[in-house]
This record gives sequence, C-alpha cells and structure tokens, in this order.
Amino acid sequence: MVAAAMPDLQAAVDDFVIKLKRRQVEGSLATAKSTVLLLRQVVSHQRIPSSGPASSLIDAVKSVGSRLIAANSMELAVGNMVRRVLHIIREEEATIVAAQVGVTPVSDSDDDADVDGVPGLSAVALAAANRTALRAPSLHNLLESLPTSAGANVEPVPESDTKSRSSDKNSKSWKLKHGVIDAIGLLLGEIENYHSEISEQALEHIHQNEVILTLGRSRSLLHFFREAKKKRSFQVFVAEGAPRYQGHKFAKELAAMELQTTVITDSAVFALISRVNMVIVGAHAVMANGGIVAPVGMHMVALAARRHAVPFVVLTGLHKLCPLYPHNPSVVLNELKSPSQVLDFGEMSDCLDGTDGSPVHVVNPMFDYVPPELISLFITDSGGHNPSYVYRLVAEIYSPEDH
Amino acid sequence: MAAQRAGRRGQEMADDEAHTPLQAILLADSFTQRFRPITMERPKVLLPLVGVPMIDYTLEWLASAGIEEVFVFCCAHAKQVTSYLKTSRWKSQPNFKLTCIQSDDCVSAGDALRSIDQRNVVLCSSKVLGDFVLVSGDTVSNMPLKEVIQEHKARRTKDKLAVMTMVVKRCKPSPLTHQTRLGNEELVLAIDPATKQLLHYGAPNKQRQSILLDKNLLAGRQGVRLHLDMQDCHIDICSPEVLMLFTDNFDYQQMRRDFVRGLLSDEIMGNKVYTYEIFEDYATRIDNFRAYDVVSKDVLHRWTYPIVPEVSFSDSQATVNLDRCNKYREQGATVSRNALIGENTFLGQGTTIGSHSKIKNSVIGRGCKIGENVVVEGSYIWDNVTIADNVQVIQSIICDGVLVKAGARLEPGVVLSFKVTIGENFTVPQYSKISRVPEPTEQDSSDEELEYADSTGDDSGGRIYISANKVQVGQDGAGYRWFKDAVHDEEWKQSAAAISGEKIKELMAKQEQEEDDIQDVDVIPEEKLLSDEEESVDEDDNFEKEVEENFKRAVNGVKLENVVLEVNSLKLGYNKAFSDCAGAMFRAMLNLALETPHSTAAELLSTTKQVISKWSTLFRNFLKSEDDQIEVLLKFEELCLESASEFSPLFSKVVEELYDKDLVSEEAVMSWASEKAGAEEADKVFLRQCESFIKWLNEAEEEESEED
Repeated sequence: MVAAAMPDLQAAVDDFVIKLKRRQVEGSLATAKSTVLLLRQVVSHQRIPSSGPASSLIDAVKSVGSRLIAANSMELAVGNMVRRVLHIIREEEATIVAAQVGVTPVSDSDDDADVDGVPGLSAVALAAANRTALRAPSLHNLLESLPTSAGANVEPVPESDTKSRSSDKNSKSWKLKHGVIDAIGLLLGEIENYHSEISEQALEHIHQNEVILTLGRSRSLLHFFREAKKKRSFQVFVAEGAPRYQGHKFAKELAAMELQTTVITDSAVFALISRVNMVIVGAHAVMANGGIVAPVGMHMVALAARRHAVPFVVLTGLHKLCPLYPHNPSVVLNELKSPSQVLDFGEMSDCLDGTDGSPVHVVNPMFDYVPPELISLFITDSGGHNPSYVYRLVAEIYSPEDH
Repeated sequence: MAAQRAGRRGQEMADDEAHTPLQAILLADSFTQRFRPITMERPKVLLPLVGVPMIDYTLEWLASAGIEEVFVFCCAHAKQVTSYLKTSRWKSQPNFKLTCIQSDDCVSAGDALRSIDQRNVVLCSSKVLGDFVLVSGDTVSNMPLKEVIQEHKARRTKDKLAVMTMVVKRCKPSPLTHQTRLGNEELVLAIDPATKQLLHYGAPNKQRQSILLDKNLLAGRQGVRLHLDMQDCHIDICSPEVLMLFTDNFDYQQMRRDFVRGLLSDEIMGNKVYTYEIFEDYATRIDNFRAYDVVSKDVLHRWTYPIVPEVSFSDSQATVNLDRCNKYREQGATVSRNALIGENTFLGQGTTIGSHSKIKNSVIGRGCKIGENVVVEGSYIWDNVTIADNVQVIQSIICDGVLVKAGARLEPGVVLSFKVTIGENFTVPQYSKISRVPEPTEQDSSDEELEYADSTGDDSGGRIYISANKVQVGQDGAGYRWFKDAVHDEEWKQSAAAISGEKIKELMAKQEQEEDDIQDVDVIPEEKLLSDEEESVDEDDNFEKEVEENFKRAVNGVKLENVVLEVNSLKLGYNKAFSDCAGAMFRAMLNLALETPHSTAAELLSTTKQVISKWSTLFRNFLKSEDDQIEVLLKFEELCLESASEFSPLFSKVVEELYDKDLVSEEAVMSWASEKAGAEEADKVFLRQCESFIKWLNEAEEEESEED
C-alpha cells in the first residue's frame, strides 16, 4: 500500500532490507539509526486519510517494520526501533484526541489543565507535554489511556460533517504527522547522544587505581573510559574476544588514550578475575527479563565474575532494550558465522569431507546469552538500573500492543 | 527532504569512483560436458545447489560485493536462462542492472568473449566496458570485490600492460586435496612475491616430475615463488584489452589453457597477469560433480556465510530453520517422528519423510516424497522426487521428477537425470549415469547442438522413452544409461561419490614419492631447470615434429628432392645445423619403425633394418660430415633413454646396420666411443653394449693398416 504510492520510498526500503539480509549493516547503533531514518521517511511520505489517521500510519509502519524484522531477525535493534515509532504514533494520537475532545489527558499534574485551556498552543508542545504525562506515572495509567483513545477516535466525529469540519480534520492529521515526525527526531537525537549520556556517569563508577576487565570492543565503553580517564587513573584488561579478536583493536584504541592496557586471551579471564575490581562490557541487546545478548565468551566472563563476586556492569543504550523474552521461540538468539574465522580453510580442506573418518564440524556462534542473575548493573542513557527493573523500562518506552 | 537525500547520494557516488559502474561478465555456460547427461535438459547454471540455482549464488555475491551491472552471456539453453532471469528478483533489484546476451554459436569461453567484444563495438558506445569482473555462472563466493578491483585499477594506471588479475586461494598443499576436493588436476603457479605477478601457470610434468620455467623470468627479480598450494578461484578482474586480445587471437578457446598461458608466453606484447590472494573469504567454482558435492557441503557448513540457506537470497519465500549440527529445514517439510535426520542436511518445503528413514549429509529439495526405511547418505535429491520404501541412496545425485521404486539401491556416484524411473529392487551400479535422453552416438554430428536446441520443459514428457533394456534401469524403469564417460578411467575423481580408501592410498603413495622431487624443485630451480638447453626445448620439439612430418610425406610418395628441399628450408627457418636435421630425420625413421606393428624385439629390428635400407638415400643427404654422424648416434642414444626405450636392447644392432649401410663411418663410431669413454658410469650402458662391435672395428682397422 505504502510501497505502491511511493516508488522512491520503496527503493529505500528494499535497499535497507537487502543490506540487512547481506549482513552489511554492522552494530546495533548503526542499525537503529538507519531504521529510524527510514521510518521517518515512511511517516512523512504516508498520505493520511481523514478517517483514522493514526491507524493508517500504524499500518504503514507495521508493514515496513515486519519486512525489516524478517530480513535479519538477529538485529534486535530493528524491531526495537519499529516498536518505538509505533509507540510514538499512539502517544501523539492520544494527545491530539485528548486535546480535541477536551478531556483531561491521563495525568493528575496541574500543568495539563493549563495546556488544555490554551487552544493556540502548538501541537508539538502539546505532544511533548503529553509524552511526559504518559511516561511519568504508572503502568496502570498507560494502559487505561489507550482504550479511550481508540474509542474516542470514532466517536467524536459528528454526523453533521461540513467543509469546515473536514479542513479541521486535515489540520488534525497534519498535526499528528508533524508531531510524530518531531518525536522521531527526538528519538534520533537520543540514539545519537547515548554515548555521551552514558559516559557522563563514568566518574561515579570508576575509581582511582581500579582494575577493570572487559571483553571485545564496545564504542560506548570507549567513550566511558575516555571520560573516566580525565579524572582517574586506572588499568584495563582486555580479553581479545576470539574469534573476531575485536579486543585487539580495542586495546590499541585504549593505548592511544594513554590508558594502561593489557590484552589477555579469553581463556585467561578466570585466572585474572581475582585481581579485577569490576567487569564492564557492552552488549548487543538487552532482553525484557534483564538478560543480555552479547558477543560470544561473555557468559564465561560473567560466571567468572560471579564466582569472585566482582561486579558485572553492562553499558547499553535504550535502543538496545528489547521487549521480547529470550525464551520466546520466535526470537532466534544466535547467528552462526563462517568457520573461516575459527579455522584456516587451506589447512582444513582435507578433513572437511570425511574422506578419512568423520568430517570435522566447526560451529562459530556470534552471541552468548547472559542470564539476568549474573548481571549487577545496567548503565543506560537514563541512568543506572538493576536487571530486575528492565521490565519497567520496557513498559515505559513501548506500547504493549506492539510486543 | 527525499530529493535532497537523493542528490547527496548521487554526489557521493560521483566523488567515490568518478563514476564508471562496476561491471561483470557472467558466462552462463561452462562449455564443458562434465555435467552431462543432466545438462542435456537444463543449463548448468540453473541446477540447484542446496535448493537454490547456482546462478543465484553468483549473482547474489556479485550484487553484495557492489557490482552494479552484470552481463549474463547465455549459450546452451539460452532461452531457459533468460526466461528464468526475467522472472527472478534480480530484474527488480535496486542499483543492479542485469543484461542478457544470447548467442547460439559459441562453443568456448573464447568465442563468448569475442562475441561480446563484437557486440560492444556494434551496439553503442555507452555500453563500453571499463575494467570488469569475469566469472562463470557456477561460482560460489563471498569475497569482497572492491579491494581487488581497486588494486587492479591502481596497477593499471601505473602499467597499461597489467591486463588481468586472477584470484587465488590457498588450500592444503597436496595433490590429494586438489583431487579429493574439487576433482581438478594439480596446479603449479609461479608468482613474483614482490609484485604478485603471475609468471607460470600449469600442471607439473608427471613423467619428469619437474617444472620447466623460462630463465628470463628471473631476470631483474629478487625471486620467484613456486606454489603447489594454490587453488585457482576462476574469478578474474579484466581490463577491456582482454576482450581485444581474444578477438586478435581467434584461436584462444579456454580462459586458462589458451589465454593465460598465451599471455605468459608472449614476450612481444608484454601483457601481464597478476594474482590476488584471498584468505578468510570463500571462492570456488563448480565444474564437475565432485566439486558440486564439496561445495554443497561447504554451504551447509556455512563457509560461504552470509550466503547460507537460512538467509534467503533467492526468490523462494519459505523461511529456513537451522537446528544444531547444520540441520536446515524449510517451513512445511514434514518429517515422521521415527525418521532420523542426521547432521548436515537440508529439507525443502513440502517434502515428506516416512518413518524409520535415515537421512544424513544430504540435501533434499522441495516437494519430495521419501518412503519408509529409506537410507539417504551423502546424496543430492532435487525437487519433486519420489522415493519408495526400502530404497538406499548413497552418494548420488537425483534430479527433478525421478521415481525410484521400492527396494532399489543406488550405489555411490550414480547420477539420475530428469524424470528417470528406476524399477523395483534394481541395483544401479557405481558411477552410472542414467537419463531419459538417449546418449548421442559418436558419429552423431548434432552432438554439440543438442544442448542448443530449446528443449522446453515438458518436451521430454511428450516423447517418452521407455527403455527396452531392463538391464539398465530394471523392470518397469525408464531411462537410458550413458556409457561414454563411464568407461573413462578417471571417473572416480569427478563423481559425487567419496573416494574409496584404496584410491586414497594409491594417491598417498604417489604423493610421498613425489614429495622429494617437489622439494628439489623448491631448492634449486635455477640451476637445474633453467639451463639454455631446457629453455629451447619447445623449439626443438617443434623442429623435430616438422621434420618428421616431412619424412612422412616422403613415405607417402612425395619426391625425395622436394623433401630434402623442405627440410633444408626448415633448417634455415629454425637456425639449425645439418647435424640437427640428421638427428631429427633419424628419429622420424625410428618412429616409423615403431609404428609398424611388431611383437618381439627381433621383429622390430628387422623392420628397422628395412626402414633404414629403404630411406638410406634420403638420409644420406643430411650426413655431410663426421659430426653429423656422431650427432645421429648421440640422438639415438638419447632416444633409447627416453621415448623409444624399446630400442635400447637393439642399440648395437642398429648401429651395426647403420655402419653396414655406410651411413655411419668407422671414424664416427670411434670418436663417439672415445667421447663417451669419459662419461659417467650411468651413461655408459650403450657404450658397453657396443663394446664387441667397437672391438671388431678396431681389429678391422688394425688389419687394414697391417695390409698397407
């Protein structure tokens, strides 16, 4: 439906789908960003009919979103961003309906009454106010507000539809669109700035002369260390993160910052963990139960840390927060990559066919799942959270219909 | 906003590459008959590899590697290929342009490239190619191409003669690997380690266990690295000149055998070929059944990631689930509770598998019906195949629509082409190939053209061949067995069957034998192999062949004077002496004697004597001096050691005969003997044989002098 109308957009969607399929988009940040950009395009291209403007937007986003999610089910950030955008649309709609009908939006704060009283206020401000209103109080309110919006959507359109009414309608759908695009802009900003938001908290967590262990490479961790380095001196052990060996690169980057850096093999983690004050790592995704999906080897590091009661801290942006549970069978938790990273094809080529004996199998999974009980703390762009609090974050940033 | 974005993107592209789109030529035909009889009915590039036509692997790789325009050159079954591509999603892929070129009269890669070159000129200037990637439609790879193309272009800007870059990959350095994995012969590459220039391409000489290199290769180089451990990926980055070279040299047929070797040996033009080695990435070509088997396994083992079954890159919409131990199952495949699905398997949509069946290391396509108690191991079963109960299928390839009736057994290496039926309880012997299309006979001149006839899919259904020969396919079976290749000695090398233990032992023994020699080659290539003598070996060969030709003409009745004239002009043309002519002529005579049928050495001697006496007049023309006669003797000795070893016990007899016929003088024999007296012990075999004759000569001489 969307596609037919907009060949340009269709091409952009196809392009991104193919890139996802070919695994050409690396990292959850890049994925999240391109997904949001694409969805913003979808929203801005969508012609909004006068009846049920929000539902048409939701349908459009959903149809594109399901294609993107199917393209690479392992990039959970794609699904997260689609759900975030859907949530934004629902919120906007609720705000506008509330403003139009004159019902006090779901909130008990005093500001909202003022907002309603001023009709000339821009939709953006309204939306912003409403968003804070929606976010603030409790899950109960959040759930309650939605049915009213769905019902209100149909009800308030009176039978006596005149020209002036329809133009008003248009302005309403325009308001909605505008509001949604604006909110998506804010989301984009949030994604782009999450490094700095996280690294601002660095000094609270890293202390003088501490020894910190990490595995593999993480961009947010790099910013985190850079911020901490300004005030503190500390030492970092980097486990190399076989078979991708991103730890080597990370160690170089840290050394360039004049941090005291030591590279160790993954298998030496247990031997060294007793000297470590804290483990800080990045993650690929955070599941709704507080567990994480992270580069392979992480589970072992987490177990070692638990054995020696070393805090295991995970840095993550909210865009990595996924409303799915890891026991959901539709969530594929791993991606098996080429064995060439593990073994040299040239050396192995004679024992792959099983001409003498049975052939050698090579399994090269990309990710580990680390259960929530091994994680001490999440440091996100909205502050530090316990794993048991993750479900709450999920409820705040996603609508339950979209899970 | 969108427009702005598009503008920006356009600009970026222009900045990036100043923009000639990256182009590729894909040859959708391998111009060989290795996949027969299957390729009689369907072009090779459309044969499924783990459920997806091979050409989709190639196109997916090209597209993901950033190639923007692909010219698909179709030859055999051109209609099938083009109609497949027309309906495929490649036509609608963004930033990817697909052009089909059809031709009916090409029989080799060389023809195809020449035809592309001509069209290029004829059609329009906008189509003129820049540097392009030349691949075959059966290439499976995941290597990125940007880097190698950049390297190629950078080299081109410096040196216009660097016309081609070949992609190579290291594999285990043993002849065993080449054969067990890909069914190919060994390959020796000589590469300049500093510049990566390719200096030699070819198979090692089996008999002499050595490699001949031109010593000029070493001039101005720090060294040459010889590789036995490289696999040619058959991916070439070519400059437009390559097409021109093919047009200029209209006898070039194959890419490797003719073109690459032609370039390497051609010193006048000075065109150069370079290599590019890939390490982590995968690249190979499927050019026989063994390679098909191996590459299928590699795909299941995920070496080709991200081009693997569960990442859907073809048109099929079914999602594929991946279980532990590389078990791939498309949605909609039904497996009985009691069936045993082993490791490395792929089951297509709509396939059902009966109870107590065992499937292992196999690919089963879509819509297949596998009965109960069936054993399938190491086999490739394509779409809509029905296999009844209690059938055993081991290391075989079964094409679409085949029916295997209950209790039948397929032994390793069997190929069943489309819609063949195998009768009940019939055992198909090893390596047999069975097709509905009868095997073309040798005399059948239309053999080549059969593949070009457009056999529309249901054509074969129209004329049903029911083989009367129940021995071939069993009771109520249908199909013809093809024998042409089956008698071929090397069959085991190229079939999909695993190589038996015996063959491997045989190879291992051979390999161990060769190992020492290989080391020799590594250590002293220059001194041993690059002497002047070796360098001109080719020329010598040619000269000798031409002399022999002329001699044969004399045998066939051409006048002697003319033959003498011809040989003399050859002598001038090749810058040779009379002695060389005499040697070559003598060789020709011996060959003639060898060619006449004989059973014992005595018989051979008598025919030799006849030949010598008959042609002595001609021969004498070239024996102007004593030196020439010595040369003949030396040549004879050499021949006895090498090609005409049958003569070695007859050496002294033949020399006597030459003396009797006054072709060789006493002095010549004596000086040959004295020359040889100082040689190594090993070289004295023939001298000793002639001892009595020489003694007799000596005595005769003495007698003569006494008489004086």
